[in-house]
Amino acid sequence: MREMIAALGRFGLFLLRILGAIRPSRSQWRDTVRQIYVIGARSVPIIAVGGAFVGLVMTLQGYRALVTFGAGNALGTMLSLTVFRELGPVLTAILFCGRAGSAMAAELGLMRATDQITSLSMMAIDPVGKVVVPRFVATVISVPLLTAVFIAFSILAGWFQAEFLLGVDGGYFWASLQSSVDLWEDYGQAFVKSAVFGVFCALIATHVGFHARPTPEGTSVATTQAVVYGSLMVLFLDFLLSATLY
Amino acid sequence: MTISDDAAVQFSGVTLRRGARTILSDISFRLPRGSVTAVLGPSGAGKSTLLYGVVGELVQASGDIDVLGHALPRPRVRDLFTLRRQMGVMLQGNGLLSDLDVFENVALPLRTHTDLPEELIRELVQMKLAAVGLGETGALETNELSGGMARRVALARAVVSDPPLMLYDEPLTGLDPIACGVIVNLIRRLNDALGMTSLVITHNVREVLEIADQVLIVANRGIVFAGTPAELDGSADPLVRQFMDGAPDGPIGFDYRATKAVAHA
Repeated sequence: MREMIAALGRFGLFLLRILGAIRPSRSQWRDTVRQIYVIGARSVPIIAVGGAFVGLVMTLQGYRALVTFGAGNALGTMLSLTVFRELGPVLTAILFCGRAGSAMAAELGLMRATDQITSLSMMAIDPVGKVVVPRFVATVISVPLLTAVFIAFSILAGWFQAEFLLGVDGGYFWASLQSSVDLWEDYGQAFVKSAVFGVFCALIATHVGFHARPTPEGTSVATTQAVVYGSLMVLFLDFLLSATLY
Repeated sequence: MTISDDAAVQFSGVTLRRGARTILSDISFRLPRGSVTAVLGPSGAGKSTLLYGVVGELVQASGDIDVLGHALPRPRVRDLFTLRRQMGVMLQGNGLLSDLDVFENVALPLRTHTDLPEELIRELVQMKLAAVGLGETGALETNELSGGMARRVALARAVVSDPPLMLYDEPLTGLDPIACGVIVNLIRRLNDALGMTSLVITHNVREVLEIADQVLIVANRGIVFAGTPAELDGSADPLVRQFMDGAPDGPIGFDYRATKAVAHA
């Protein structure tokens, strides 16, 4: 228990260190933009494909359940609320942890093992400001945007399945979606959730990578921790946020 | 550049520990300004630990450390970084950033710590790369470099801002004999031309002794020899002789446990 509290304290202190190292400098912004490309833009394919499959499965399963009660036309409502409120933010964050969080932890772990972080410190360059802040900020910006991509592909795939494979009228699908989705209640809060998930995914991945033991095994452990701790934290936070936001 | 009586670095009765292990105990030495000091010693004797003590990365358990007129440890990280801007450090691992190319790696200290115009930065970086014989490698990625080339890029980066204190940890490892000669002479020339003070940790004893003003031998948790290269050659101390002649038997144990036993004796 004491060890867990100590670990939470270390994460908290590291977050403060990251926030304190954010500078309005051109070089840090340039590094951040590069990281948005590396960890954000390059994650678009996996997020888009993931979103599309979730949309297809949800539509198929939802339709079977809804037609039993003669409510097949409410398919748009069911899909949009499920994807906006829960699946979009949660699955995007979990996929992001698996794809980019692990990469960040491995990269930082290798930087530690190959003296890159020490050499920055020797050059009087704050390693947190140089290598952690750009990855952290890029993640916090990227995860909400990737969530939008996930949701968009999920709904488009769901509509395609509903209209062309299940025979649901497209007009009903979009009308039910439009009438049931609220800009702030659903769309806005999905972004709040995903931004919170982004902060914690980034914090966990950068913390375990930055403090990895400088050995191949240390890097491997950090990579695993980034995915496992990150995914569990997303599920835990989702419960907390769902209980308080809705 | 002449060697001054003034010390750029002074250790007085310093003990350095890593965790519970005492690596160096009660050591004292000084690096006169303008001098080149070679630090020799068996592997694991604490040469790199000594360097980490000079840069303030490792805080001494006891004793006084003075670097460029400032006592260590510094009260705040910001103060330590201000002091480090006056140092160039070449680490044993090259520490080149893998997401930057060669040019940007060398330019990094200038871009971070100065407001120099881009043209001047390009000129300075090109000059340093040319000095280590890699003038045409600026666009290469670090993973395209051989081990020896990476050492030379790390050297170019360490000296790019012409700091008054240069610390080299194994600068000649992985270099061919020609590159070794060039780099050794470069260390001396930079030291003299720019009025630097240099500390060179190395196993390439003969090459470095040719340019060194002072030699320290680190062994058995302390400094077992401090003097000029000529004094080193003339020393009859069995420990110094064993190290210089590369003899397997003597006061310096080859076996790790044996070394510890000697250390505690």
